[in-house]
Amino acid sequence: MNNKLIVDISRSLLLARWKQTLVAAIGVTFSITMFISLLSFMSGLNDLLDGLIINRTAHIRLYNEIKPSTRQPLSLSEEYKNHYNFISKIKPKKERLEIYDHAAIMNYLKKDDRILGIAPKIMTQVFYNIGAIDLTGVINGVDVEAENKLFLFQNYVTEGNYLDLKNTPNSIILGKGLSEKMLANIGDVIQVTTSKGEQVSLKVVGYFQSGLQDIDNTQSYASISTTQKLLAESASYITDIQVKLKDINLAPALALEYQELFDLEALDIQTANAQFETGSTVRTIISYSVGITLLIVAGFGIYNILNMMIYEKMDSIAILKATGFSGKDVNRIFITIALSIGIFGGLLGLIFGFGLSALIDQVPFNTPSLPTITTYPVNYNPVFYGIGAIFSIVTTYMAGYFPSRKASKIDPVIIIRGK
Amino acid sequence: MNQTILEARKVTKYFHDPVTSQVLKEISFSVNRGDFVSVTGRSGCGKSTLLYILSTMDTDYEGEILIDGQQMKNKTEAELAKVRNEKIGFVFQFHYLLNEFSVLKNVMLPGLKMGKYSNDEIEHRAYEKLKILGIESEALKKPNQVSGGQKQRVAIARALINEPLIIMGDEPTGNLDKKNGEIVFDIFKELAEVYNQSLLIVTHDNEFANRTHRIIEMEDGKII
Repeated sequence: MNNKLIVDISRSLLLARWKQTLVAAIGVTFSITMFISLLSFMSGLNDLLDGLIINRTAHIRLYNEIKPSTRQPLSLSEEYKNHYNFISKIKPKKERLEIYDHAAIMNYLKKDDRILGIAPKIMTQVFYNIGAIDLTGVINGVDVEAENKLFLFQNYVTEGNYLDLKNTPNSIILGKGLSEKMLANIGDVIQVTTSKGEQVSLKVVGYFQSGLQDIDNTQSYASISTTQKLLAESASYITDIQVKLKDINLAPALALEYQELFDLEALDIQTANAQFETGSTVRTIISYSVGITLLIVAGFGIYNILNMMIYEKMDSIAILKATGFSGKDVNRIFITIALSIGIFGGLLGLIFGFGLSALIDQVPFNTPSLPTITTYPVNYNPVFYGIGAIFSIVTTYMAGYFPSRKASKIDPVIIIRGK
Repeated sequence: MNQTILEARKVTKYFHDPVTSQVLKEISFSVNRGDFVSVTGRSGCGKSTLLYILSTMDTDYEGEILIDGQQMKNKTEAELAKVRNEKIGFVFQFHYLLNEFSVLKNVMLPGLKMGKYSNDEIEHRAYEKLKILGIESEALKKPNQVSGGQKQRVAIARALINEPLIIMGDEPTGNLDKKNGEIVFDIFKELAEVYNQSLLIVTHDNEFANRTHRIIEMEDGKII
């Protein structure tokens, strides 16, 4: 009963000053709209840029590395156990890059339910021969289907069919930059020299474009079996196991675990690409601070309007109090006014924010380095809408709090006697 | 019938701004059911101050106030608001109607606040009060569409809606012309005599005061 009355009075006061109310609500609407579209756009962009790395990179990469052993034979000696041993000029041992018994490791990984999928890989240094000139580069021998499933390989193959890599023996997909240097068209045969000095002919079946110039200028893809032939290795030879996780945040911990378990090097994506996370974080902070600033400005607008309303309605407040409304009731009336501006404005803001995001989503955005993107990226994350809604209510409540308290403290005697 | 509904015991009040001065000096009196009491005196003698203390709106005083036998000291702001809502009706010099609401809604507001009756019941009662005051035809107009005398009558209807123990008036005819002042006086008199309504009216209009049942004359913060 009382609540209904308070809402009723609030509504009447609001409607009596509907123009001002509208301005205040538009302020909130505008800020929420900008907040939503800014965050959606920024985070869409973040996802795109992160995706360049994250989609193409294993969350954990297992491999062998040539490096000096951390345990020297001396440390096994009983005699010198209690001594400090200093050994200088340690050299790494000649070690094969191959992962031993990879089939067993892969079987084990396939059973781990924290893992989304795994893809074996062979990385090898080669020279691309163009007439008399040799270009250094890297050939990635991949399991075409696994690579496509985990790292969206087909998105980066701009010309040709990625499946030809598997179906055509001795085939290669060249980086776009590389193909331009070599003037190699699809169907041409190119020569590469392996690190062991052998020269092999490979047929070009497509181009890929990752968006990262360095990669496009040096790397190319071949199937695992082609690469094994290239290196004159057996069918069990692979150098890398790429692991994609369900939760990328587990990568550092799991990398450590696998390193112990398999006695291999394990590199997690956070360590390998620290700068990307930093960039994303900074961009997110900027978007949030701009959005929140807008909301605070809108909050001041509401504060002003409520203050003015209270001065105008001094008489009404006085008589309400004289006829039995307590300070708390008056407070609630003005808080209700503030909140309805916030809720109404905020709701419209969410709708317009969605509209504006959808509009941005339609704007053409063509860039040669991002072949799969045709319009600006937008992330329609419901979390942003939640934050926007909560913030619109919180700021308007704060903006309404002080004027409402002032209104509740008005002494009716002073006003009534003053007339 | 001679039940005491309002009692003041040694009410003393100081103003502290700009200098401390005593405006009320140990005022004691009581109002019984059905009394039509006027408080008169020169301007500045403290009669309005007394009224606001009696009305519970001013809580800065010494002495005791009893309304319906209840001590008003030490009540919280919300409790006092409830007392004003249920037991006291106000009529001021200025009507203080809310222009956002219709005449009818203005009358209904204190009733809705009390929340004792249903909406329809309160509306029905508001119509009855307006009928007593002869302005039921204006019920659906906005306050700024009715005349000054009618506004004051709406204010009286509003004071009556919760069937208060006492109606307090601060110069209720002060802003009205002779004819409308006469109408308001007649309404008060009718309320007192027909409906047995207690009234406590502050006025400096001696002609008005002389026709009430009892006159409390004040001078210099004291009753004489």
